[in-house]
Amino acid sequence: MRMRSVALAAALLMIMSVLAGCSSDDSGSSETTAAPTETTAASGGETKTITVGFTTSQTGKYNESSTRQVDGFTLWMDQVNAAGGIKLDDGTTYMIESKTYDDESSSDRVQELYTDLATKDNADFLISPYSSGLTAAAAVVSEQYGKVMITTGAASDATYQQGFTKVYQIYTPASRYLTSSIDLLASLDANAKKLAFVYENSKFSTGVVEAAKTYAEENGYDIVMFEGYDPETTDFNPFINKIEAASPDAVLGGGHFQDGSTLAKQLYEKNVPVKFISLLVAPPEPAFAELGDAAMEVAGPSQWEPLVQYTEDAANALGMDWFGTTGDEFTTTYTEAFGDAPSYHSAGGYAAGLVLQHAIESAQSIDPDAVATALDATNVVTFFGPLKFDTTAESHGLQVGHDMVVIQWQPGSDEPLAKQIVWPEAGQTAAPMYPRG
Amino acid sequence: MMDFLKRTVGLWIPLLVVAGIAAYPLITGSDSNREAMFSILLAIALASSLNILLGYTGYVSFGHIVFFGIGGYAGLYVMTVLGWNIWFAVLLGATVAGLIAYLLGSAILRLRGGYFALATIGVNEAMRALTGNIDALGGPIGMDVNFSLYKPFGGPGGMLQFVFWSVVALTVLVIIISFVVKKSKFGLGLQAIREDEDAAEDMGVVAPRAKTWAYVLSAIIPGALGVLFFFKNGHIEPGEAFRLALSIEMIVWVMLGGIGTVLGPVVGAGLYQETRKLLLTNAYLKNIQLAVAGALLLAIVLFVPAGIVGWLRSRNARLRKVLE
Amino acid sequence: MDTLAASLLDGLLIGLLYGVAAMGLTLIFGVMDVINLAHGAIMALGMFGVYLLFSEMGMNPYVALIAVLILGLLFGVIMYFVAVDRVIDESPLASLLSTFSVNMIIIGIGTAIWTTSTYNVEYSLGTVETGPFTVTGARLMAAFLAVVITALLYLFLNKTRPGKYIRAVSDNRGAADLMGIPSHRILALAFGIGTAIAAVAGGMIATIFPITILGGSTYELKSFVIVVLGGLGNPLGALIGGLILGAIEGIVPVFMKTTWVPVIEFGLFVGILLFRPTGLMGTKK
Repeated sequence: MRMRSVALAAALLMIMSVLAGCSSDDSGSSETTAAPTETTAASGGETKTITVGFTTSQTGKYNESSTRQVDGFTLWMDQVNAAGGIKLDDGTTYMIESKTYDDESSSDRVQELYTDLATKDNADFLISPYSSGLTAAAAVVSEQYGKVMITTGAASDATYQQGFTKVYQIYTPASRYLTSSIDLLASLDANAKKLAFVYENSKFSTGVVEAAKTYAEENGYDIVMFEGYDPETTDFNPFINKIEAASPDAVLGGGHFQDGSTLAKQLYEKNVPVKFISLLVAPPEPAFAELGDAAMEVAGPSQWEPLVQYTEDAANALGMDWFGTTGDEFTTTYTEAFGDAPSYHSAGGYAAGLVLQHAIESAQSIDPDAVATALDATNVVTFFGPLKFDTTAESHGLQVGHDMVVIQWQPGSDEPLAKQIVWPEAGQTAAPMYPRG
Repeated sequence: MMDFLKRTVGLWIPLLVVAGIAAYPLITGSDSNREAMFSILLAIALASSLNILLGYTGYVSFGHIVFFGIGGYAGLYVMTVLGWNIWFAVLLGATVAGLIAYLLGSAILRLRGGYFALATIGVNEAMRALTGNIDALGGPIGMDVNFSLYKPFGGPGGMLQFVFWSVVALTVLVIIISFVVKKSKFGLGLQAIREDEDAAEDMGVVAPRAKTWAYVLSAIIPGALGVLFFFKNGHIEPGEAFRLALSIEMIVWVMLGGIGTVLGPVVGAGLYQETRKLLLTNAYLKNIQLAVAGALLLAIVLFVPAGIVGWLRSRNARLRKVLE
Repeated sequence: MDTLAASLLDGLLIGLLYGVAAMGLTLIFGVMDVINLAHGAIMALGMFGVYLLFSEMGMNPYVALIAVLILGLLFGVIMYFVAVDRVIDESPLASLLSTFSVNMIIIGIGTAIWTTSTYNVEYSLGTVETGPFTVTGARLMAAFLAVVITALLYLFLNKTRPGKYIRAVSDNRGAADLMGIPSHRILALAFGIGTAIAAVAGGMIATIFPITILGGSTYELKSFVIVVLGGLGNPLGALIGGLILGAIEGIVPVFMKTTWVPVIEFGLFVGILLFRPTGLMGTKK
């Protein structure tokens, strides 16, 4: 059903865009969904516009995740504008406008487009493209123009160890993605010691599994298989046969949505007897449920889940500030706006806007240096979780506050599959199902 | 003097175009224009390099991007791991690309037509898979350029300037090479191979040697460009370094402008890149920009197969004298 | 040992599918010396054809394959007259570019409609399990269909009049013209058949694997390797080339990291080109 409406909507959009292209030439190159640019605020202060620039992957392999990220950001922008913009104490009100280009999921033009954003379009702030590789290229440009860049969908640790000074990461870095799954396994079964890592050969997932492998070895695990696959892989049988031969207790790995869901499906079809499966990126996506039985009892780390409830009270109890909307509000408004439940990429996009807003409000300025100083000092809890950045020279901007949860697909009460949070113990919505099958 | 100018007019026109492109950001003082011109110059230099093999010799190298990737990997390795300076890295990138082209060329240039084209695809894919397996090159993650490497240039701004002007210099260099080769006896031998390889051999062209050197010449500049591009990009990984789609675009640039001409790759690469950018940043067309670009290309291949410069040459005898 | 046997069987089964995926490419190359760079995109269209017929109209995916075959034939004939016929006598470069632009158009429109998201044909034929072997019904069915398609194509080319015409045009177009064979129409037919087989191969892939609009490119690259392994223009060779490739993909991972498979595949590919440019199963061409 969802697919049909997507296809119809896209076809309609295409026709409309062609028609629009005929009638008017270049009137709407700016992508703003925001309302007025020059109105006088009620308080009598000035109303200005902040431009936030980023590229999106409208074509190419990152399209799906990138779109969700942008949807999340757009929701934040629309809500801020609907509420009258960001108001500073001196009476200035800032409305938000976004400017975006298609990066085609390739780093060819990323720097060119980010330079356009920084100079021609005079973007005040930048958001990263999707994926660690493209972000590394964009960061070079953002640094050159002294722009603050909030990165989301770019988890790889390496980018933040390159020496950038105004790049800030929303996601928990790759090195901490799978360690919680190992902790979870340890809590479930002290005898399950054989791990197989099967992962996508990309900057992000390789970073994840290498950190997880070190962690597992330190904790006395036996790595019986450690193999990467090409990002375009659709046939996992060669890997699955090797997994069977190595007879591990748990399979960890994956990469992005497509390969991860295919791996899960083929593991199921081959009846591989492993007790625990935890995969990157794919399981937390709502679309993973389309795998049906193959999704059952598959776990995975998630940056954020609708079920995760960070609350103002809990934040205050810890002596931390709370900022922005609640998780429920986000989920409801997102679903209303885009017709689909948000995934963590959506939440990441929204949180990127939120953290920017928080920094602008605490800096009381949109000057990049002032905002960067505010970001350095950020220590806040949002619906996305706590956010705090590393301020050391070696890994400036690395996310150190945020933690991930582990989800698992389990039988639901009114639908066949429901996503439950199974780790950390304090946040469990259901007990983990173990062993599988 | 007049005579010299007359004989080399076919060189001055493309050089003037390149000078114009290089000066444009300088005049407008816009970094945004510089980046746009960078993409164009990179395309021009890659296309002109490929043209030496594809245009003059008639060998369709489908995986020519392999030299760009090899150069990039060699250069980034010596810079990030061994701490070489960029000049030596660029030289090394060019040398390694040339050397591999020499070895490879002696083998695969025996193949003709579609077989050669397929082999170059195979070489590119094999290199891509191979680099992903070499841990010293970062395996599938590739290598990152630490920001501190930009310090000698006075930060990223200076680095971007430096890379831009280096690419301008390489573009000028490759155009001069194109022109000199075309006018030389060596170049005539290559063109004879293109028309009929067996007949060329009968006429005394040592085809295998000539072809191999054409291959080497067409590989060194992409090797050097690879170093500069990935240094600027800050990151290299197998999928980005050996991207077959870019390889095919290189052929498109040459064809669009006019195969076997000096000016053609300049015009083709410039126009194509500009058009793509326009489509890419146009609010209405960006959803179907790829399809629009495809339709334009199809129209040109079907109706103006000689490319823009080739078409101009065929229309007017005077133009034939000045456009090479 | 069990692992080796299981891996080999998996490899051979998928290899048959690779063979069909390469068959259209090799037919077109063999008959008219055109490397169809839209091959992967056409496979992707076949994938989405089966997907749409199945999930929108509830058609059984294997019945949908027949519809895809017919649509593919039509598409191929139209594509031939629009994009290939004019450049068929030009240098090979011209047809490379014209088919590449068709590729761009298909991928561009496809991305606008479906994005590059993954779609699944949710249809299962169950799983067969005996001894060390666990094979899904869909893979067995695809392997079976691969053999059927090869047999039908073989019969068509050797036993029917249009098939014989295709072979005549492929051997010597000039002579065929002189004999009164309408060569351009025959070329269009051959192109259509090649396209139809590519689309059906895409459809078969969709019954096993998740699909995206970019999903054909992997198979296109594999097809190049297979075409060289099996000999250009030889449908039976394509099937055998596919089996060889499948066997490599099955066996190699048992002994070393799977990421070495493409290194070996493409290394082998270049090696064969160098030492037996007409392919392992080389024909007279």
